[in-house]
Amino acid sequence: MGGLLTEPFLVSLLYGAVTAGMPLLLAGLGEQMSEKAGVLNIGLEGMMLVGAYTGFVAAYHSGSFWLGYLAGGLGGMLTALIVLLLCIRRGLNQIVIGIAITVGAEGLTSLLHYVQFSRSYPRLAAAPVLALPLLRDVPVLGRGLFSHNLLVYLAVALVFALSWMYRSTYLGLSLEAAGNQPAALDAAGVDVVHTRSLAVLCTGFLAGLGGAYLANVGAGIFVPFMTGGAGVIGIVLAMLARGRPLMVMVGAALFGASLAMTTALQVAGIDIPTDVVQMLPFAVVMAVLVVFGRHSMLPSALGTPYTRGER
Amino acid sequence: MSIVAALSGITKRYPGVVALDAVSLEFHAGEVHVLLGENGAGKSTLVSVLAGMQQPDEGTVIIGGNPLRIASPRHSIQLGIGTVFQRPSLVLSLTVIENLMLGGSWLRRLARAAALRRFRELATLLGTHLDPDAPLAGLSLGEQQQVEIMRALWRDAKLLLLDEPTSMLTPQGVADLGRMMRNLRDRGVALILITHKLGEAYEFGDRISVLRLGKVAGGIDPEALVAMEESGRTATIIRLMFGLEAGEAATTAGGHAAELAILLGRKIHGPAVVDRSQPPVLRVREASTRAEFAETPLRKVSFELWSSEVLGIAGVDGNGQKHLAEMIAGQRAVHGGALELGGIDITQGGVPERRGRGVRYVTDDRLGEGTVGALPVATNLVLKEVGAPPWWHHGITDWAAIHAHARVLIERNDIRTPSALTPAGKLSGGNVQKVLLARELDAEARVAILNKPTHGLDLHNQRLALDRIGTAAARGVALLVISTDLDELIEISDRIGVMFGGRLAGIVDNDAGAIDRVRRLMTGAGAT
Amino acid sequence: MSLRGPLRVFVPVVLALTVGGLILLVLGKDPIGYYSYVMERSLLRWGGAQETLTRMAPLLLIAAGLIVAFRSGIWNLGGDGQFLLAAVASAALAPALIGGVPRGVTLVLCMLAGSLVGLVWSLLPAVLKSRYGINEIITTLMMSFLGTSFANVLIKLVLRDPGTTVPQTRSLAVDDRLPRLFGTTIHSGLLLAMLAVVGVHLMMTRTAFGLRLQVLGANRAAAVHAGYRVERLTIAAFALSAALIGLAGAVEVLGVWGSVRADWNPALGLLVVPLVFLARFNGYAVIGFTLFFSALMVGGESAARRVGVPQHFVLVLVALLLLFLGLVEYLDQGRRKAAGT
Ligand SMILES: Nc1ncnc2c1ncn2[C@@H]1O[C@H](COP(=O)(O)OP(=O)(O)O)[C@@H](O)[C@H]1O
Ligand SMILES: [Mg+2]
Repeated sequence: MGGLLTEPFLVSLLYGAVTAGMPLLLAGLGEQMSEKAGVLNIGLEGMMLVGAYTGFVAAYHSGSFWLGYLAGGLGGMLTALIVLLLCIRRGLNQIVIGIAITVGAEGLTSLLHYVQFSRSYPRLAAAPVLALPLLRDVPVLGRGLFSHNLLVYLAVALVFALSWMYRSTYLGLSLEAAGNQPAALDAAGVDVVHTRSLAVLCTGFLAGLGGAYLANVGAGIFVPFMTGGAGVIGIVLAMLARGRPLMVMVGAALFGASLAMTTALQVAGIDIPTDVVQMLPFAVVMAVLVVFGRHSMLPSALGTPYTRGER
Repeated sequence: MSIVAALSGITKRYPGVVALDAVSLEFHAGEVHVLLGENGAGKSTLVSVLAGMQQPDEGTVIIGGNPLRIASPRHSIQLGIGTVFQRPSLVLSLTVIENLMLGGSWLRRLARAAALRRFRELATLLGTHLDPDAPLAGLSLGEQQQVEIMRALWRDAKLLLLDEPTSMLTPQGVADLGRMMRNLRDRGVALILITHKLGEAYEFGDRISVLRLGKVAGGIDPEALVAMEESGRTATIIRLMFGLEAGEAATTAGGHAAELAILLGRKIHGPAVVDRSQPPVLRVREASTRAEFAETPLRKVSFELWSSEVLGIAGVDGNGQKHLAEMIAGQRAVHGGALELGGIDITQGGVPERRGRGVRYVTDDRLGEGTVGALPVATNLVLKEVGAPPWWHHGITDWAAIHAHARVLIERNDIRTPSALTPAGKLSGGNVQKVLLARELDAEARVAILNKPTHGLDLHNQRLALDRIGTAAARGVALLVISTDLDELIEISDRIGVMFGGRLAGIVDNDAGAIDRVRRLMTGAGAT
Repeated sequence: MSLRGPLRVFVPVVLALTVGGLILLVLGKDPIGYYSYVMERSLLRWGGAQETLTRMAPLLLIAAGLIVAFRSGIWNLGGDGQFLLAAVASAALAPALIGGVPRGVTLVLCMLAGSLVGLVWSLLPAVLKSRYGINEIITTLMMSFLGTSFANVLIKLVLRDPGTTVPQTRSLAVDDRLPRLFGTTIHSGLLLAMLAVVGVHLMMTRTAFGLRLQVLGANRAAAVHAGYRVERLTIAAFALSAALIGLAGAVEVLGVWGSVRADWNPALGLLVVPLVFLARFNGYAVIGFTLFFSALMVGGESAARRVGVPQHFVLVLVALLLLFLGLVEYLDQGRRKAAGT
């Protein structure tokens, strides 16, 4: 029996929180960009799953984690291309196409997995870890937070880069306008379809990257349906974050911690059903909404296609 | 004078309509070119073509002597064309300066300092006093309009298109806009101004063209415009707008023109029918409402309204008119004070109770809340009666009865719609208003509130709407007509009240000196 | 118009099957063999057909619930949580009641309990939306996750049948479940589901309540303007929607499974959403789509064992069908626009 505040427990909790939170963070950041631009990407889960598959296949065959990430991102992006072509260009219903993407990705990756791996279930070696100098020697935090794959630190940097981009560049302004008043953006001479397409491709890339991390670093293996709702949580995080990347990170940390809690509790030798712990973050967020709940601030044109000159 | 832009044989078809039919026009530097025409004549389509929003099916645009296609809004901006669209096109969640900065190349940092310099330049040129960091949502419609104009001029427009820019503005806003237009014209900018108000056309315009059914019906060039009397101009314009031959007397021609001539010549509503010895129908006593985001609440408003009376409510937009209308209609709760209808206290009831007692409300937001665009005209005609007999029995819908009822109203009110089952959103603005008027000014109406009943309508539909108001008053309905158009109120009202800062600043009898007193009240000064 | 209706569905189905067949070819399977097996297994063989029809019951009830919500402009995407909790509630209640009260009463009470639990699980999103305008996509999704976990907690910690190794609720004997229809294996829940779908359709199109909901869905401001009690309507639509989805959970347990195992989650909520969209929120059309989907599921599952094509291939077909239906609809709209009708 270990106590709750022992070092192994805390390290395992923090380490696990980061590992479990990473896919959520990446997917959430991606979804946030689409939503800012007015596209509701219900297919996020599917993009992650495709990314997980392509990322795993690439890493498995090449032996390179970086190629795995790249392939995962591209896989997600390719999936996002469907949204681009059908929803942004053609104005089809974003919820229907989003669900089609998720369902299709689930089916296709299961099928491919069945054909390729169902007999061997190959695994990847452990992902290389970059322990940050100095910081790695801090007790608990050193092993919990500062000894991860390089992608983790890059993702944190991305949070700040995106914050800056939204606030201080013309692109940030364009995205905001595309989500709130696309006609105004068009009138100002910026192509709404291009703006939204860019956002959706970035979403696909980030979601795919998140999927690849999940498969290659988090699990070391690809299994069908392995995202298990991570994409949906990503959507929830993006909607709750009200356009601020930092809030996505806070949310991803919260949800990641709750996912990691179960393993950590086992390490500590405490037996609580995983389900109880997994309810916690959702219960907390619902409680916060009930107590502080006021109008959620979603972009006003979210989910509505834009066609120039249409009445 | 040099030609900045010209259209040559432009044709644009939409499914079922030819919006522009071989239109050729020239726009000169240093000239305000006014475009007139009924709703649907093709004015906005012409603007869209120049703004790169629509591609013409035939014909070319000629800019600086070169024939070309304007492929996109960006292209249009690059060609030196600035556009203020009929529909507001600004991002409400951004600030003034952010709205103006929209459109820079993506990967660059926002050049705020340079933008502020340009902002100040334009502010001086236009004589505006806006805070560049104010969120757009907090600005009045007039101020938002100024931002739209700034945006249109941001990249040194040589040609400025203004599509019905005055329809939302107060008299002061219109005067400001006029000053801006003159400034720009004097600097050699070519302006295109679209409006439904002939007065504005004469006051600001150097040249007038009239569109009718997508064709250029004719126009008045600068020399003729200066030479003509106002009545002569109006006669010419009406003749062009409705397609009469020169010299043909309006009354002998069929259709719109005859109707319009009659409407124009008729006094809509005469005084002296109001019998104030009877008790008033509606009595509002010290009524207040609660403030909400960016809205002016009512503060202790009191007045009385008699049967057959038209009480005009003037005032700068946003001084509590909307709350006044919604409070009486039952759509907004009364906080303190009381409402009486025919001696019965109705302070507590909501819309259904008030409506049951004969209170009617024609909203100014016709598509936003007045109708459900996706549902058929027939459904919209009974929208406020859902669940009530004779169209519903025990909650079950009698569609046959509803459709029959709709056909009667469509016929009686001359609602131009393909059928009773056409979605209301497909109708033109004038016909949507006819739907609302038919629904609200029914036989059981006792008190009717009309919020900006002519807003956005063309001349013909404006007169029709006002005529309906007059007829209702003659039937004994007590009417409260809210408008920012003073001339209109002077024409139809028995008395005119003025809203200022959520209070009823005063009510004046509509007699010879009324207009001056109303103007004074509108600025917040005392009545006499 | 009447001719175009069937074509609008037929063309995408053929396209989806064709592309799906190509995928099978690439994987080295025989598409014709697969399709004919699926069809024979799920529709032509009496046993399979009964299974297909049985599968339709929960799908139809969920579809009915979604039609109410979507037509009212409410995105109830929390169906899975509502479904599971209702299933657990009725699974817990049924074995407890069956000894004390007659079978009919037990079944009715359990279905009511299921509906009620589904309804209760939607109340928080409903109130948050109607009071504060908080987007229900987020709240229903979160309540769904919460509900799925909560159902597991209940099964593992509270309702667990001590007699089994895998955590699950106590089982309702086969004889005590929903009565079968006319000597088939199809349970009477199917009839209930059909009634629900048709009833919802009639309610939406032919009653004052339904029209108010439609107005609410199409233009909320207009509903306020016309004096409808918008907050109540919102909550009513939510409640009705979730109650129907809850009923689906109860019917599935009372008709088919008799108990709920831990971590059981058929995740039908999200799968039915596209069917409802494809049917354009039309109750009659949804029956057809549900039949098609159900047949694919049943046929696909046994094809996994027989033909060596994994069951999840069905998901690919559904996705393709969705894409092509969407596309065909889009092209059709474009044609109609160009024709000016
Ligand atoms: N985007 C569009 N799609 C289809 N029809 C349109 C569109 N825009 C305008 N129209 C039609 O073209 C005609 C001209 O419209 P418009 O140019 O807006 O008239 P105006 O500005 O003079 O009131 C009308 O009949 C209108 O219904
Ligand atoms: Mg127009």
